[in-house]
Amino acid sequence: MVRLRRLLASSPLLLALAIGGCADESGGGGVQSEKMNTIRSRGKLVCGVDGKLPGFSFLGPDGSYSGLDADTCRAVAAALFGDPAKVEYRDLNSSERFAALASGEVDMLARNTTMTLSRDSAGGNGISFGPTTFFDGQGLMAPVASGIRTLKDLAGKPICVESGTTTELNLADRMREQGIAYTPLKFQTGDQTYAAYLGGRCVAVTSDRSQLAAKRSSFPDPAAHVLLPEVMSKEPLTPASVNGDPAWSDAIRWTVFALFQAEELGITKANVAAKLAEAKANPNQADLRRFLGVEGDFGKQLGLPADFVVKVVGAVGNYGEVFERNVGTGSPLRLERAENRQWNKGGLIYSPPFR
Amino acid sequence: MTPEPRAIPWWRDRRVVPWLVQGGVGLVVLVVIALLLGNLVRNLTAAGLLLSWRWLGQPASFDVAESLIPFDAAMPYWRALLVGLVNSLRAILVGLVGATLLGTAVGMAAYSGNGLVRRLGRVYVELIRNIPLLLQLLFWYFVVFLSFRNGTEALQLPGVVLAKSGLYLAWFAEGWRWQGPELVNGVWQAPWRFSVEFAALLTGLITYTGAFVAEVVRGGIAAVPKGQWEAATSLGLHWGASMRRVVLPQALPVIIPGLNSQYISLAKNSALAVAVGYADLYSVAETTLNQTGRALEVFLLLLGAYLVIDLVISLLMNGLNQLVQIRER
Repeated sequence: MVRLRRLLASSPLLLALAIGGCADESGGGGVQSEKMNTIRSRGKLVCGVDGKLPGFSFLGPDGSYSGLDADTCRAVAAALFGDPAKVEYRDLNSSERFAALASGEVDMLARNTTMTLSRDSAGGNGISFGPTTFFDGQGLMAPVASGIRTLKDLAGKPICVESGTTTELNLADRMREQGIAYTPLKFQTGDQTYAAYLGGRCVAVTSDRSQLAAKRSSFPDPAAHVLLPEVMSKEPLTPASVNGDPAWSDAIRWTVFALFQAEELGITKANVAAKLAEAKANPNQADLRRFLGVEGDFGKQLGLPADFVVKVVGAVGNYGEVFERNVGTGSPLRLERAENRQWNKGGLIYSPPFR
Repeated sequence: MTPEPRAIPWWRDRRVVPWLVQGGVGLVVLVVIALLLGNLVRNLTAAGLLLSWRWLGQPASFDVAESLIPFDAAMPYWRALLVGLVNSLRAILVGLVGATLLGTAVGMAAYSGNGLVRRLGRVYVELIRNIPLLLQLLFWYFVVFLSFRNGTEALQLPGVVLAKSGLYLAWFAEGWRWQGPELVNGVWQAPWRFSVEFAALLTGLITYTGAFVAEVVRGGIAAVPKGQWEAATSLGLHWGASMRRVVLPQALPVIIPGLNSQYISLAKNSALAVAVGYADLYSVAETTLNQTGRALEVFLLLLGAYLVIDLVISLLMNGLNQLVQIRER
């Protein structure tokens, strides 16, 4: 009885809240997003990452995360709060990730996740994908000393592969297409797969090219292993949020686009303050003024601060800087930009206009 | 005057009540099963996943590392699963024989007059049976078998070559000619070749199960009265003859039922093959599941296969048990 009475007593409060909520919705011209309200009131972004993949998201010895995916989380936090440190990372394995996103345990995923039809569709995993931050593909790695340089060299040889992945199936398809017989050695975990490869049981190991490069960077002698030029599949690694909150999806999408656009405009972490000053001083630079939020209300339209681009670039730099720092030729992963160059340099990185 | 015996009411009738109770319990069990099955079918129908076996005939389009029967990626799924089953059965059969021989030897060693042999047997049993099998398999594969070299640097024993590419054994070639492993263009050739995955799995299964078999055998021998040993010795039989002709035959009726459960464990443990990359039934089924998404059907097949294998082992062992029972005259 006590419980019931308490409930009744509190019901006017609930009613008031509901009415208040309605009034706010009808009255305010701003963006309504339940998710963004939750994140703001919580004071930090909860971001789902892999956590064990060097170059993408990797928990360093000092307790901080580094990598391209981790920087995506940081960029979104900077856009929301103006502070890239307001992120809580959650390590998720590949089977947990979609459930964690759907249940709201994480606000977004930046976990080297391939965008596919079944993951995107409402009848499938029902995920809303943002812009692809890394165009990947399945590749093969072999020891330099083995002399293996193409798929044909692998005829009749054992290849290590993780079972239960699309990798295993792509390998079978490509080898059949080319009429090459081979021996697949299947292991249940990545650790066992790479241990067997390093043990010399297989002459090659196959996985996403970025993952091979990441694992190679942790080998005792990374220079002794080479990635074959063949690419066996398309793996666009893409940040994602749950369906049903378009404003939140848009905020993530345009934060990532801001990273792309900043590179195109030559705005870097180092010169963003100078560029902002330049835009403020010169009313003729309309594009730059709109992009940096000096003019217009792009930020407000997204439900973000007007100067979110300045905060994002100031926090992590532009896309090119993020790439080079984490996975580029100067990093331990030593990956070429390849497909991940800007569109005007022959790549696939393309931001729609900020207009 | 004795009171007239009253008719016993049916709810207190000992001929009726047990039937009613049995019937009632049976009915409850049936209803629960029906509810569960109905729920399963309803959910599967809603998800469009009602049992279907048509996929078994579609091309598997994946390769299997080793196979005793001809197989290529264009063959159907049932054929791939059969390859896995044959690989599993091969590991189980060889494992059973190996574990029995090793276990019996170590079990008998516990009664040896040689103290060193006795203690070595003890150390082996205590070391092996107290370490998880999965760890042992990983140890045999990654630490032992993957440390062998290829080509001329391989470990060469008379009639046996251990290389990273496999285990090569001598056997009779055509015309009953004894043919040892030989190096042809830097690659070992031999009448019998086993992959290191198979070798590691077998080594792990045999040493692990062998330790348990040894304990069963030791227990069986301990159950034979001491007088039998003394009688055999007083007849002038030496240790080996006493063991073989007097003690072991009397120990068998005690040993066989214990062996049964060890054999069944070995068959079930063979599914750990996936950890060392051996293409057994479970490994092939996992790939099949990944490709087809038919989780329920694949697992039903897996459960059925292991159940049948274990029931057959159990049946054979029970038959053997009948044979060795001591007939009282």
